[in-house]
Amino acid sequence: MARTVADTIRELTRAHIADNNGVVMGQCLSAVGWVQNTVPAQAEGMVELPMTDVAGAGFAVGMALTGRRPIFVLRFQSFLWLNASPLVNYAAKSKSMFGYGCPVFVRAIAAEGSGTGPVHSHSFHSIFMHAPELPVAAPMTPGEYESVWDHFITHDDPVLVSEHRASYKTERELPDIIREDAVLTVFAMGSARFTALQAVERLAAQGIACNLIHLVWLKPFAPSPQALAALRACGRGLVVDATYQTCGAARSIAYDLMEASGIMVHAIGLEDRSPGAYPHLENPTPSPERIIAKVAEMVT
Amino acid sequence: MTHSSSPRTPNFGAIPGLAERATPEFSLALFRRMALTRAFETRARQAQADQDVRTLIYLCLGEEAISAGISMHAEGAWVLGQHRGHGTYLSFGGNMERLIDELLGMPSGCSSGMGGSPPIHDMEKGIVGHSGLIGDQVPVAVGMAMAGEARKVVTFFGDGAAEEDYVLASLGTAASRKLPILFVCEDNDLSVLTPTRDRRGWDLAQVARGFGLEAVDIADDPWLVAHWAETLMVRLPALINVRTCRDVWHVGIGSDGAPEWNRFDLVREKLAALGLGEQAARIEAEARDLVEAKWQERLRIRSAS
Ligand SMILES: Cc1ncc(C[n+]2csc(CCOP(=O)(O)OP(=O)(O)O)c2C)c(N)n1
Ligand SMILES: [Mg+2]
Repeated sequence: MARTVADTIRELTRAHIADNNGVVMGQCLSAVGWVQNTVPAQAEGMVELPMTDVAGAGFAVGMALTGRRPIFVLRFQSFLWLNASPLVNYAAKSKSMFGYGCPVFVRAIAAEGSGTGPVHSHSFHSIFMHAPELPVAAPMTPGEYESVWDHFITHDDPVLVSEHRASYKTERELPDIIREDAVLTVFAMGSARFTALQAVERLAAQGIACNLIHLVWLKPFAPSPQALAALRACGRGLVVDATYQTCGAARSIAYDLMEASGIMVHAIGLEDRSPGAYPHLENPTPSPERIIAKVAEMVT
Repeated sequence: MTHSSSPRTPNFGAIPGLAERATPEFSLALFRRMALTRAFETRARQAQADQDVRTLIYLCLGEEAISAGISMHAEGAWVLGQHRGHGTYLSFGGNMERLIDELLGMPSGCSSGMGGSPPIHDMEKGIVGHSGLIGDQVPVAVGMAMAGEARKVVTFFGDGAAEEDYVLASLGTAASRKLPILFVCEDNDLSVLTPTRDRRGWDLAQVARGFGLEAVDIADDPWLVAHWAETLMVRLPALINVRTCRDVWHVGIGSDGAPEWNRFDLVREKLAALGLGEQAARIEAEARDLVEAKWQERLRIRSAS
């Protein structure tokens, strides 16, 4: 049976508890569907935290220092605003300050739409990319998730994993699309990869060939030689992300790409306004239409 | 009603004779607030089933007595409700049309459709909006109490939110500075679906006393809630932990079966025993009619626009 991203997370977690004396920590883990089925339905290795959204991350940091390699689950990424300090100021700086690592695997889950509203919507990986020494990844496929996990388990850094509920049912991998006739290269992250793929397919049908490069590790960010070659060959780049555009991941990575390639690279992310609960007030992951419009503006 | 020592029972902390000693006017006014919330929540539940409401709603069915009881003695206070706050909003006189409009996603809603249940507010009545982060309102309420106004502050939060670092810090700060604030914990023994015993081993009223607050722990009998509100509003800062039952799901309109006790039925029975059964039935019917008329009106306005 094909495995989804949710299955992958759940089975990695189960094995981590069984084989590594690992542990998963979070609020209301057992209630209502075991966090969209990403946590194994068992008591072993499970730490039900109280609703302490500031101390909770500190508990995870402490657990990490003892070698349990906690998976710290945040059911909504918005809770990162409360949990940030132990992650940014202790876990990330631990090696520089104390010389020992603090490997916490932070599973920050993004949601949007269906009434999630002004506070519970969206991804916030940009703010963590801003902090020094905190690796940030946004895997959206089963294979990517496994590779991020492999990195975590073979290093002693914390990792901020920006997940999105939209990926949980994904079974297939998302290979880069590189075309000789491309006029533009789209680089996409997080949930924007799904909309960017649709946009690129629709553009292709309209006769506008675009490359699509999927970004999984957002920090440290190291574009592959093939990605840079594709960008140079077509001469135009666009980075698409589902965090806020201002001071966000898309602009930061666009800048890195421009420096590395000498090519002009644009960026789009979320609009600079709070999302509302009702559909007409949402501020969604850039839609295929929005990406297509931006590409059209850039190629004409 | 006799006192019960087990917290998850409808007579926990009971004071015999309270309802009997209350005037009929008081008992009926108290019940009117409960009935209004009950009618509203029942109608909102229907509106979501009908897909007229297409946002997340947090219903307080089963918990109506708490805000009804507190509001009887907190006239003029600033009020900060929790995410499950329709009953608080209505008991403290919040504008029903703007609440309905919010749930319907209309520009005329409290927050123009931005947030559904959590951010409902009515500044004219001193009812302040909630961000959606549980317990977020509690330090904000303490800040309002620090402002040095003559106005008192009442803040509501859940038993889950009580665990938030910043809620505990708020209790300590209010106690240290002797601020004019009443903390009300709407303790339904659940955070989403996780019972309190799986989350913590401490007791909120005891912790509050440890900080130096006056604190009581009681069941949601509305006369009892009102009694403690009256007693403590002149001895602030203080905390009331109220044991209650959530009738429906954490979010949305489903139900997992009968609650541990049905407070609304118990209050009906008590009113009947006091000889107020007919008046109570009339109050319920009036509340239902009022709520239905308002929903019909707002739905008409929405479909016309
Ligand atoms: C800071 C924060 N952490 C977690 C959540 C997710 N959450 C929303 S409601 C809820 C349950 C809160 O339980 P309680 O405070 O007892 O209120 P109840 O829903 O039972 O009325 C949780 C955990 C949140 N909204 N905000
Ligand atoms: Mg609760």
